[in-house]
Amino acid sequence: MSVRLIWRKSLNAFMLSLTGLCALLTVSALFFILGYLVWNGGKDLSWNFFTHLPAPVGEPGGGMANAILGTLKLLLLAALVGVPIGLLGGVYLAEFGGRTMPFLVRYTADLLNGVPSIVIGIFAYALVVIPMHHFSTLAGGFALGIMVIPTVLRNTESFLRDVPPALREGSFALGANKWKMIATVVLPAASRGILTGVLLALARVAGETAPLLFTAFGNRYWSPGWNQPTSSLPVVIYTYATGPYEDWHQQAWAAGLVLLGLVLLTNITVRAFLSRGSSYERI
Amino acid sequence: MATTPNATTPAELGWSPQALLRRMRGADEIAHLITFIAAATLLLITVLLVFQLWVHSAEARAKFGWTFFVTRTWDPVAGDFGALPFIYGTLVTSAVALVIAVPLGVGAAIFLAELAPPKLSSSLTFVSDLLAAVPSVIYGLLGVFLLVPLMRKTVQPALKSTLGFLPLFKGPTYGIGFLTAGIVLAIMVVPFVLSVSREVLLAVPRDQREAALALGATKWESTWKVVVPAARIGIFGSVFLALARALGETMAVTMVVGNNPMISASLFSPGYSIAAVLANEFSEATGNLYLSALIELGLVLFLLTFVLNGLARLLILVTTARGSGVLPS
Repeated sequence: MSVRLIWRKSLNAFMLSLTGLCALLTVSALFFILGYLVWNGGKDLSWNFFTHLPAPVGEPGGGMANAILGTLKLLLLAALVGVPIGLLGGVYLAEFGGRTMPFLVRYTADLLNGVPSIVIGIFAYALVVIPMHHFSTLAGGFALGIMVIPTVLRNTESFLRDVPPALREGSFALGANKWKMIATVVLPAASRGILTGVLLALARVAGETAPLLFTAFGNRYWSPGWNQPTSSLPVVIYTYATGPYEDWHQQAWAAGLVLLGLVLLTNITVRAFLSRGSSYERI
Repeated sequence: MATTPNATTPAELGWSPQALLRRMRGADEIAHLITFIAAATLLLITVLLVFQLWVHSAEARAKFGWTFFVTRTWDPVAGDFGALPFIYGTLVTSAVALVIAVPLGVGAAIFLAELAPPKLSSSLTFVSDLLAAVPSVIYGLLGVFLLVPLMRKTVQPALKSTLGFLPLFKGPTYGIGFLTAGIVLAIMVVPFVLSVSREVLLAVPRDQREAALALGATKWESTWKVVVPAARIGIFGSVFLALARALGETMAVTMVVGNNPMISASLFSPGYSIAAVLANEFSEATGNLYLSALIELGLVLFLLTFVLNGLARLLILVTTARGSGVLPS
């Protein structure tokens, strides 16, 4: 073998293993993060953590029941705001629409998806907090809802497009209207994919902190109704992690573990569920 | 288009009540209108977002004009606001992030698209997608308690003793600062570089690889001299996308950047970023001018990411349109 060939072959082997190393490094980050959180936060998880209010500073114990409930309430509001608009908008893109409008909507959805979450927070602040004159669960839910729309819309559209044309033609052939075809054939056929899209979008905003800082704000106690500021898991993690007390840091680890567990579990379940077959298999 | 009723958009139907009523007889038109309104709501929200940022930043824009972008002082008490330290911090931390994340992400994408067997490739991509789903406050948590002490005690002293002659690595080692924030950001944006780059690499036609191999190229040569150049526009797109993410990332940066409006050549120095100052000061801002200056910072951040995202989407669209045509969402 010539020297040049040996050089080329060893460069080949070297660079290829380097790319493998890059992949390994990237992927191992997830396991490292998860392992580190379990190691640090696992020991502080107890039944009290899920059922009690935060203890006053300096007292041991206490939980994050209010933050967990707050996050669930915010997610419910986000779904109420984001899912109808995203779903119907997705139907429009896939089933109706000419040429310019869908392109415009699709492009805007992708851009809105990339707007920093803190800017969405400012938007909700200007639109909800300023008129109401105080922080509230509603404002936080609105901010998260805005962030849900683009994801649900794009997902719905792509899953509707995956429904085979034969199904549409079949229902037309049976004399169905277009809306009937959409409501009774196409949407049910794509329902699995659409549902996973909604769940993934909610899992994503469940961990958002920035848009909640000046909309839902925070609360050491329960937040009755929808008009009061509310605590939420991500904001509590932020407050506790940057706070001065050792006890708070421990609680932040535990809350971090709960939040990450929630987000990863949703992602894994939903993606596994989705990959078990194409979305229109049921029919 | 106008021959089938389903293909017409409501804009073409005319907006007079009579015209609308005439068209609304069929249920199909009602369904069309309702879904159209939902889609239009998205456009409306985006327009409203820009409008709100513009209106609420009016006071600061009127008072400071363009000097807002070149002034270094940030003094809420005196009512004197300049954005320069925040813009600087945002750009520096994002640049550090890209320097680390782009080689790592593109390298990993090459491995997943060109080398790994399909099964391994798809499960590793799955893990990378999960990594992208980790909330940013979690990265911040690990940054504060794990990375900052590590940087202060080990990494920064080591950099100082080896590369300390560069102005980048001078000064006291606090642990917090531009470098630490950049590293956290890098870990956060790698999954984005990876998934988009992998997508565009896979969109390069098979024959290109086979032709290169048939000419006697090694696997690496075919990848580096044929496939990567063919996909380079899309890879640039993924870099812009990652940059837009890094610029707007809030929590993780806020927790490790030091929150001190300084402009320093040293990466060890504490700094501040636009998103971080918004997170820290927005809910405590007293006075309209203060709030309006913060909202103007938000407007700057919005415009930066809007332009970058738009550019990225176009680049990715150009490369994948030839192949699969799949846009990552």
